[in-house]
Amino acid sequence: MIKVGIVGYGVYIPRYRIKVEEIARVWGADPNQIMSGLRIREKSVPGPDEDTATIAVEAARNAVKYANVNPRDIGAIYVGSESHPYAVKPTATIVAEAIEATPSLTAADLEFACKAGTAGLQACIGLVGSNIIKYGMAIGADTAQGAPGDPLEYSAAAGGAAFIVGASEANQTIADFETTCSYTTDTPDFWRREGKPYPKHGGRFTGRPAYFKHVLSAAHALLRKLRLTPEDFTYAVFHQPNGKFPIQAAKELGFTKEQIEPGLLAPRIGNTYSGSSMLGLAAVLDVAKPGDRIMVVSYGSGAGSDAFSIVVNEMIEQRRKNSQAPPVEFYINWKKYIDYATYAKYRNLLVVG
Amino acid sequence: MGVPRFWREIPSRYNLIGVKCGNCNKILFPPRFICPHCRRTGKLEPYKLKPKGKVLSYTVIHVAAQGFERMVPYILGIIELEDGPRIMAQITDCDEKEINIGDEVEIIFRKMGEEGKEGVIYYGFKARKIPKS
Amino acid sequence: MREVAVIGVGLTKFGEQWDISFREMLLEAGIRAIEDAGIDGKQLDALYVGNMSAGQFVKQEHIASLIADNAGLTPIAATRVEAACASGGLAFRQAVIAVASGHHDFVVAAGIEKMTDLLTAGVTGALATAADQEWEVYQGATFPALYALMARRHMHEFGTTEEQLAMVAVKNHSNACLNPYAQYHTKITVEQVLKSPPVAKPLKLLDCSPITDGAACVILAPAEKARRFTDTPILVAGTGQASDTISLHSRQTLTGLMATVEAARAAYKMAGMGPKDVDLAEVHDCFTIAEIMAIEDLGFCKKGKGGQLTEEGETALGGKIPINTSGGLKGKGHPVGATGIAQVVEIVTQLRGEAGKRQVDGAEIGLAHNVGGSGGTAVVHVLRRMD
Repeated sequence: MIKVGIVGYGVYIPRYRIKVEEIARVWGADPNQIMSGLRIREKSVPGPDEDTATIAVEAARNAVKYANVNPRDIGAIYVGSESHPYAVKPTATIVAEAIEATPSLTAADLEFACKAGTAGLQACIGLVGSNIIKYGMAIGADTAQGAPGDPLEYSAAAGGAAFIVGASEANQTIADFETTCSYTTDTPDFWRREGKPYPKHGGRFTGRPAYFKHVLSAAHALLRKLRLTPEDFTYAVFHQPNGKFPIQAAKELGFTKEQIEPGLLAPRIGNTYSGSSMLGLAAVLDVAKPGDRIMVVSYGSGAGSDAFSIVVNEMIEQRRKNSQAPPVEFYINWKKYIDYATYAKYRNLLVVG
Repeated sequence: MGVPRFWREIPSRYNLIGVKCGNCNKILFPPRFICPHCRRTGKLEPYKLKPKGKVLSYTVIHVAAQGFERMVPYILGIIELEDGPRIMAQITDCDEKEINIGDEVEIIFRKMGEEGKEGVIYYGFKARKIPKS
Repeated sequence: MREVAVIGVGLTKFGEQWDISFREMLLEAGIRAIEDAGIDGKQLDALYVGNMSAGQFVKQEHIASLIADNAGLTPIAATRVEAACASGGLAFRQAVIAVASGHHDFVVAAGIEKMTDLLTAGVTGALATAADQEWEVYQGATFPALYALMARRHMHEFGTTEEQLAMVAVKNHSNACLNPYAQYHTKITVEQVLKSPPVAKPLKLLDCSPITDGAACVILAPAEKARRFTDTPILVAGTGQASDTISLHSRQTLTGLMATVEAARAAYKMAGMGPKDVDLAEVHDCFTIAEIMAIEDLGFCKKGKGGQLTEEGETALGGKIPINTSGGLKGKGHPVGATGIAQVVEIVTQLRGEAGKRQVDGAEIGLAHNVGGSGGTAVVHVLRRMD
């Protein structure tokens, strides 16, 4: 297997935001209690003309801009999401056409709750590593659903990130994978049945036996495999269903606040589901220096975690300087607040016509 | 509009693929089948236009076109692309107070509509004001 | 080519005609025109009918023969002409050409639209098919939006104001009050127009022409035979027609219609006249901005001065060049396929001196201007008294 890494990446976060206070106002809840419980202040909301496909396309186009590769050299596109616009008919073909990667490539949509994006990343590592394709693109994107009035409504956000994977040779990567490993069990903590608009979840069951067990186990497995300790990493990114869980996971693993801060986006944009850990990684790569080692652990309900160790190389500074793609911080600050009524209209919560 | 009719125009709707006349070098979008200036003298070749332009005029639509009811009020503009041709496109991700004639915009990929709840989803281009970063 | 004259005209009442079906409506206007001309139906050689979209409005195509059939005129040669809202104007032109060529002697030019059998959303959807489906309507355009884009640019380039736009509607409603066939007999104020709900900013509800049922009919004859039927035949002195891109964004200018300029040039040339010779005009005011652009494109004022000319009252009855004495599309109503014919009916009525309270004193030369879509088609006719 040849060594592989990240050739480029791109992100997209919709412009609209709703504050936790505004949602709490509608449901008569105490916003301070929710904000301290979830550690989320506001979340991103897709516009009425946005869906997972449009978010994936914007992120993918930014990734192509950053990587500066010929899109026709991309041999695989995987889009991980739990809000694909179609139940049957891939988002990945829409993305492939919109970045002009068609027709000589494989493409598929993946679903594994919030970790389908990193599952795609693993598939790309395998295909590029075994020299079957030159580049692979993995996307995690969602317009996350949370039923009105459900605690999920405070966090379910929208956004996405796309990563282009290529061989580490020829100085084309900006960061390289050391290894990846996963931890997977059948744990029904959160699900959405076919044809239903909103997911259901097991309340506090989503915590200890689900999120923490899988994230911690995958992280431990990665540390064991590489014979490393948390001190060997500059940064760590954990899936962010809220602002609280990743901080708790980091603490239990022995990571410091400084290691996780740059990749912790949930307080400012909410939980972007399949986009969450990948947007966190992108935010870290936006500021990382050559030699930095990054741990990324995703989590998908149902349940599983994918862990990655990534080492940033010296190419990153030049490429970052030349890139036309906006960084994560740009999108976070490019925002427009809406009230709950507008949110309800944009999110299709109103029956029209 | 029907699936084949949407599908046929995907390159132009997703990626602003127009044509360029081999004789007068004029870039044409939407794509044409004959150059209006040279008629059959110039052979037309596919040409990808830069997704940048500026607002020539705009309107805020309060009474929607069929299929756009959920979008009201929405902004529709005429955009002059850097490559020359003008297109009609919605200006998205902003409200009317943020838009002026002459503003620079980028052309982006958005959902345009759908063939009812069970039908195909239509995608295409819209314009977005280039944010000052 | 022979000279051609109008020898008879007829209209239905314009408006929401709930009781009258598509097939009945044209009959009413047709009988009036035939009686006005004093001609026998058996003498008629051909029928040209302008209709935009019976297929969408009443799900009926093949309407030319349907009309001939209902009028008891079979086996008359019956032809439908379509160019969106310019269908009527083009039907008139085709009828003129048929008589001028010598192929036919007595020809009916008619126009009809039955719009209110559909709900408003269906009507606006049907009208939108006159725009480019692939690159305008797909993008979310409506007809008011297309004219709003022109209005915004006109305001930007020439300083035209929303008040000036409103004055067009106020004037045309005022004229319509004097026309028994008009849809509206209510005066409106500038303030009412400005405060009416936005449709496509800067255009508001009262900047827009209404949805109307209506039919119109004229009878044409060779000029040399016209006096057998009437003491006041009206000569078709000039006819001109032009096309342009059907999508607005593909045009070089947004502040005028090149098709109007071209059609007017041809019509003036044929008539041997210019804009200064014209005593009154019926112009295509589907939206208030359309009238302002039309009076500029037809040469009644300089480009950009249409708003000012309107504000100065020169386009009102008693002004330098009265525009839309019938009430125009705004006040009289706009049954799209019938509009071009109805404009000719008004000019003929005025030139005969039969326009009653809205009569333009001493009117000898009149102009009719009919537009299809956002300007993809324009047709202009110059008519004059045969004294």
